[in-house]
Amino acid sequence: MSLLEVNDLLVEFTTSDGIVKAVDGVSFKIDRGETLAIVGESGSGKTVTNLAIMGLLPSKIADISGSAKLDNGAGPIDLLTISGSELRKIRGKDVAMVFQDPMSALHPYYTIGDQIIEAHQIHNQCDEEESAKRAIELLELVGISDAQKRLNAYPHQFSGGMRQRVMIAMALVNNPKVLIADEPTTALDVTVQAQIMKLLADLQKELGMAMILITHDLGVVAGSADRINVMYAGKIVESANVFELFANPQMPYTHGLLASIPRVDRPQLQRLETISGQPPSLISLPAGCAFAPRCTRKSEVSGSACELTMPSLVEVSASHSSRCHLVGLSGLSGSVKR
Amino acid sequence: MFGYLVRRIATSLAILFAVSFAVYAIFALLPFDPAALTCGKNCNNPAIIEANRIRLGYDIPFWQQYIVFLGGLFVGRSYSEGAAAIHCPAPSLGYSFNEHECVTTLIVRALPVTASLAIGAMILWLVVGITLGVVAARFRGRSADTASTIFVLIGTSLPTFLTGLLLLVFVVIKWKIIPFPAGNYTPLLENPFEWAQILFLPWVTLAFASAALYTRFVRNAVIETLSEDFIRTARAKGLSEKVILRKHTLRAALAPLATMAGLDFAALLGGAILTEKVFNLPGLGRLSLGAVIEYDLPIIVGATLLSAAIVITMNLIVDLLYAFIDPRVRVAS
Repeated sequence: MSLLEVNDLLVEFTTSDGIVKAVDGVSFKIDRGETLAIVGESGSGKTVTNLAIMGLLPSKIADISGSAKLDNGAGPIDLLTISGSELRKIRGKDVAMVFQDPMSALHPYYTIGDQIIEAHQIHNQCDEEESAKRAIELLELVGISDAQKRLNAYPHQFSGGMRQRVMIAMALVNNPKVLIADEPTTALDVTVQAQIMKLLADLQKELGMAMILITHDLGVVAGSADRINVMYAGKIVESANVFELFANPQMPYTHGLLASIPRVDRPQLQRLETISGQPPSLISLPAGCAFAPRCTRKSEVSGSACELTMPSLVEVSASHSSRCHLVGLSGLSGSVKR
Repeated sequence: MFGYLVRRIATSLAILFAVSFAVYAIFALLPFDPAALTCGKNCNNPAIIEANRIRLGYDIPFWQQYIVFLGGLFVGRSYSEGAAAIHCPAPSLGYSFNEHECVTTLIVRALPVTASLAIGAMILWLVVGITLGVVAARFRGRSADTASTIFVLIGTSLPTFLTGLLLLVFVVIKWKIIPFPAGNYTPLLENPFEWAQILFLPWVTLAFASAALYTRFVRNAVIETLSEDFIRTARAKGLSEKVILRKHTLRAALAPLATMAGLDFAALLGGAILTEKVFNLPGLGRLSLGAVIEYDLPIIVGATLLSAAIVITMNLIVDLLYAFIDPRVRVAS
C-alpha cells in the first residue's frame, strides 16, 4: 500500500445559497519520499482536499465522504472515519502542515520556542529541555542562525521568509511521514520563494518524507514535484508525472495554465496567454465538463459531448491520465502548441 | 521599558495638571458667587458674605486662587485665623461650607464605599461576562448561545435604577432573601459579612448591565479569534480543543478586554450615582450628586479632579497591562 491513499473524496458545504461541491470524487496516492503537487486556481478544491484529510474542516458545515488511508506502520488508518482524539494523535505527528501565510499562522503572543516546543510536547513524553533541544536542532536545520537565542523571539521579530522557516521547523519537529505544504511561498518575495522551495526539497530528501505541495503556480512545482495533479472545480482533471505533464499536457485547462507562466526561453514579443472566463459556481456545476464553457477546443469534439457528459479520468500512458473528451481523438498529442 | 514608564508618568502628571486648571477655571467662571452660596440660600446679609469671601479666599483674582488651591494640595490649607481657624491638612482639596468639613476628608470617607462597590461589581461582571461569552462562543448557534443572547438583551435594555429597584422590591421586600439594608454602610474590616450583605444587591445591579455587554464582547472576540490562522495551526499540531481555547484563544481574545475593563472600572470609581442613590450608599456618586444640588463647588472640583486622576492612572495601568499581554506592543514601546 502507498503511504497515503485518498479514494473518492467528496466534500460538500451546506450554505444558505445551496450545496457547494468543493471536492468531487478526488482520488490519489502518495508514496514515501514522493512529492505530489496539487495545482489549480483559487476555489478549485486543492486546499479543501487537504484540510479534509487533516480533519480541519468544521464538521458543522462540511459533509465529507470517501476515504483517506494512511499507513503509519500499524496498518492503514482511515483519517476520515477515526475519532477526533485518534486523529489528534496523527495530526502534527504523522501528517504535518505548513500554511500559506506565515504572518498569521504563528501565534503572535508566544515565542517561537514556546510554539515549537509545544508541538513537540504534544506527541512526545519528554521534558521541556529535551523538546527545546529538538527545537534548536530543527531551527538550525531550516537555516535559522543563532537558534538558541532565537527560541525566545516572537514571530513579529522575524521576516516573512524566516517565519515560514519557523513554520517548517515546527511542522517537522515530530518527523512527519507526510508534510502538506499549502501554498507555502505565495505570501513571500520571489527570491525568498525560491529559497523556501529549495529548503523544502532538500529537507524532504534528507528526511525521506512524502510531501503534498499545494499551489496555483506550475512554475513553483516544476523543479520539485514528482507528480502533478491538476484540479478544476473540485475534480482532478489531469494527473501525470512532472515531465509528462510539462511535455505533453492533454487537458486544455492544463495547457492554459502552462501557457500563462512567463518563460525566459521564449521571445517576449507577445502578451502572456490567459484563460478567458471565470471558474464555474460550485453550487450549480454544468452537467458536462466543468471547463467546457471556457474551453477553446470543445468544437473538436463531436455532438457537443463536452457540454453534456462529464468525461472520466482516462489513462493516456502508465503515469498519465486526463479527464478530457479530446483524449484519444487522433492528432491531439501532436497538436500541442506551447 | 523603564524609560517608557517614566515618560508615561510624566505625561500623566502634565495631563492631570492641565485638567486641574480647566476644572478650576470652569467652576470659577460659573455665574455663581461661591461666597454668597456659603451663607445659605436665603441669606441677604452682605457683611457675612464679604466676611466669608475673605475667609475662604474668594477675594483674590482667579489665577491666584488657583495657585493657592494647588498649594493646598501639597502643604494643606487654613481658613480664618485664631480660634475660628479651620485647617485642612495636605492634600487639601478645599473646604465645604455646606458639610462643614474638608473636601479631602469627605472624599476619603466616601471612596472606600465606592471602591468596594466598584471592585465587587467588576469581579462579578468579569466572571459572568467572560464565562457566558466563552460558553456562547464555544456552543455558537446552540441553546447556550441563544440563552446568552437573551441575557444580553435583557441586561442591556434594563436601566440600572430599574434593576436596582426591582431587586430591592423582590429580593428584599417580597421574598425576604436578604434583610433590608439597615441604611448604614459597614466597612469591610469592621464586619465583612455585613459589608457583603449590604453591597450584594448593589453589586448585582451594577454588574448586570456590564456583564451583558461583556458577554457579547467576549463571545464575538472568541469567535473571531477562533477563525484566526494561528488557531488552525494549533489544530494542525494536534492540540485538543480545550487547550486551543484556554491557551491559544483566550489570551488573544481577552487582551482588548483589559482596555475596556480598565476604563469601565475607572469610570465607576468616580462614583456610581444611580446605584448609590437607589441603595443609599454614602459613596462618591452620592457625594457628588449632593454637591451639584447644593452648588457645593469645592466638593465638585475635588470629586472631578479625583475622577480625572483615576481615569489617567487606569489608562496607564491598562497600557502597561497590554504590553504585558501582547509582546508586539512591548517592542513598539
